Amino acid sequence: MALKVLDDKDDTKIIGESWVTTRFEDLEDWAQRNSFWPFPFGTACCAIEFMSTLSSHYDVSRFGSEVVRFSPRQSDVLLVAGTINDKMAPVLKRIYDQMADPKWVISMGACACSGGFYRAYHVMQGIDEIIPVDVYVPGCPPTPEGLIYGILQLKERVSRDRKKQRARVERAGKLPEQEISDRVDARPTPS
Amino acid sequence: MSTLAPPLPETPEIGQDLDALAGVLAKFPGSITPQEGLDQPTWIVRREILLDLARELRDNPATQFDMMLDLCGVDFPDRQPRFDAVYHLYSMPRGARLRLKVPLNEDQPLPSLIPVWKTANWFERELFDMFGLKVTGHPNLRRLLTHEGFQGHALRKDYDPARRWILTEDQMYQPHFDLPEGQDDLFERMTVNIGPSHPAMHGTFRLMAVLDGETIIASDVEIGYLHRCFEKMSETHTWNQVIPYTDRLNYCSSFINNVGYCRTVEKLLGVEVPPKAVWARTILSEFSRIMDHCVCNGSTLVDAGALSNFWYFFQPREEIYGLLESCCGARLTVSYGRIGGLSQDLPPDFVERSRRLLEIIPPFMEDVEKLIDKNRIWQDRTVGIAAISGEEAVNWGWTGPCLRASGVGYDVRRAHPYDLYDTVDWEVPVLQGGDVYDRYRIRMLEIRQSLKIIRQLLDRGMPEGPWITSDPHVALPPKEACYNQMESMIYHFKLIMDGIQVPAGEVYSMVEGANGELGFYIISDGTSKPYRCHARGPCFPLFSTFSRLINGGSLSDAIVSLGGLNIIAGELER
Repeated sequence: MALKVLDDKDDTKIIGESWVTTRFEDLEDWAQRNSFWPFPFGTACCAIEFMSTLSSHYDVSRFGSEVVRFSPRQSDVLLVAGTINDKMAPVLKRIYDQMADPKWVISMGACACSGGFYRAYHVMQGIDEIIPVDVYVPGCPPTPEGLIYGILQLKERVSRDRKKQRARVERAGKLPEQEISDRVDARPTPS
Repeated sequence: MSTLAPPLPETPEIGQDLDALAGVLAKFPGSITPQEGLDQPTWIVRREILLDLARELRDNPATQFDMMLDLCGVDFPDRQPRFDAVYHLYSMPRGARLRLKVPLNEDQPLPSLIPVWKTANWFERELFDMFGLKVTGHPNLRRLLTHEGFQGHALRKDYDPARRWILTEDQMYQPHFDLPEGQDDLFERMTVNIGPSHPAMHGTFRLMAVLDGETIIASDVEIGYLHRCFEKMSETHTWNQVIPYTDRLNYCSSFINNVGYCRTVEKLLGVEVPPKAVWARTILSEFSRIMDHCVCNGSTLVDAGALSNFWYFFQPREEIYGLLESCCGARLTVSYGRIGGLSQDLPPDFVERSRRLLEIIPPFMEDVEKLIDKNRIWQDRTVGIAAISGEEAVNWGWTGPCLRASGVGYDVRRAHPYDLYDTVDWEVPVLQGGDVYDRYRIRMLEIRQSLKIIRQLLDRGMPEGPWITSDPHVALPPKEACYNQMESMIYHFKLIMDGIQVPAGEVYSMVEGANGELGFYIISDGTSKPYRCHARGPCFPLFSTFSRLINGGSLSDAIVSLGGLNIIAGELER
């Protein structure tokens, strides 16, 4: 029996025993959303629940996102688990900037989402003050089930994002990198 | 192997202790005013004699205060002088405590006590950071918890709790290195920065080290990346609302923090906790301790590269989470303690479930011990690494498993028993090496002792009765009574609207947290919110020693020794 690897939404045909035809973009999508390499930016209590999610009982590798990387250059999902305070803010911003596109952000727990119950002189009132967030996971800390649900939400988000991005490229007839360099070239030169 | 701790002396009664202190009192006529009627002997001291007095208290054979437990400030805006610097001292050989209060104004500097107790270093920096009090003779008096761009001093009463300051990258902390003599030429050296976002730094610590090859010749650590303003937050919340904040101090064993805080407030209130709650508090504290030791050993082994043990350690944690969840609905940050008891009744299958845990946990520990105890790589990386003698550890203010791994058998549960610890048969394991290996071993031994305590308590059976005190000024009356009795309804209304009114006073009370003495120093002014709530986290002195531990060792030793100390950022920085 042929193994149907791509899900129904994709325009996929199965031919024979070991052939799958699909568009290259769909394959790329499928790979991207099923193999997150998260960067765990764990600072506090949420990091302990993230460790629980990684460990054998909840086993997040069932959802293809267990390869945690501690280098921003190697990861595509920034998982902010824990309180981010004003002292940590420049560090978080720099880590985010160092990650290569495409990249997504999960904000885990009340503190990362909104500051939680720390309405205080040293606590950032949500990381979306400085970086964009794709999925917010509520809870203090969220249960591992909650985090896994968040990761599943992000999967859908990823294929949507990529489709949008492709549509934009098709419209403009250019790759996003070219778009950016065009814009840079079009800037008026300082006199 | 482990030896039994020598029997500790009985804690002297306050009256008895005053006799021992009288000799010192006589040496400083006119400079010390004893304060009567508090939970422990308290002296109000003039700041000019503080350094001499500290030396005397440490060296005098009648007092032997060899440890400075804690230093915190208190702000009284309407008083002259405005601030109090409050020192808590402890005598290891005598088991006695002493509190020193130094009243002073902003422009009057304190003498630094680093020459007497090395642990004073970070405490004095914190005092400067939070209250703006200067300390003369301090080598590196800079902000500790808040960032360099911060203006003002957060724990002063006139500081707005929500006033934030933004830190930019160019303002970030520059390291302060105490280079050895003649080695201040950094030309041949390499300076490395590790953290705060680095797996070995557990996400929130920053280590800066000057390397000669692979050897660390000088280092500096920076903390504050998880400073969440616990103390300011507790001043703006009612007494029971502080409990969720205490959960997030040492979040690996949050129930112990609940107990520590509640016990302190109960001491101020003079309220009695029903036997069922005391019984449950003891059992759940021990389960929390097991969880904490599992995280500590698990993550230390991960730092050393032994990943599989992490899975072994996390499985028992999941099982204990299940028990806690059945009690209160939360896994990690439980908030199960309440002032006067527990938040709700224990589940009916509590004993049965706990017994099952006693069966589940030991095989995992045995697996780890088989893998690790005689493992050549683990031994090479840990035996003799980051070692510290008992005497020095006491001077640095260490408590808990790390101190007991250095040969000093101080355990709050044994030295100042609370809850049911004096009614069960258990031992305080003590090891002599003081290195990373012994810190790992002592935790494995303590897990066994915790199981022993739990087994005995379960054998006694669950006490009957209520789970929270019936005092209507402290605990909500039963729902039934609120609907049917006028008086209960009024009490319910008063508690919900105003919260508990705690009589004015001050108290220091401690429990044995998972990594040492967890103390709370609380001042009440008779209202529904704490006037000052200071948490003495055991991590704080432990981590202030880190530079001393790693200097002279190799960089890889520094990584493995951080895990063994079990530094929990939430408690370290509060």
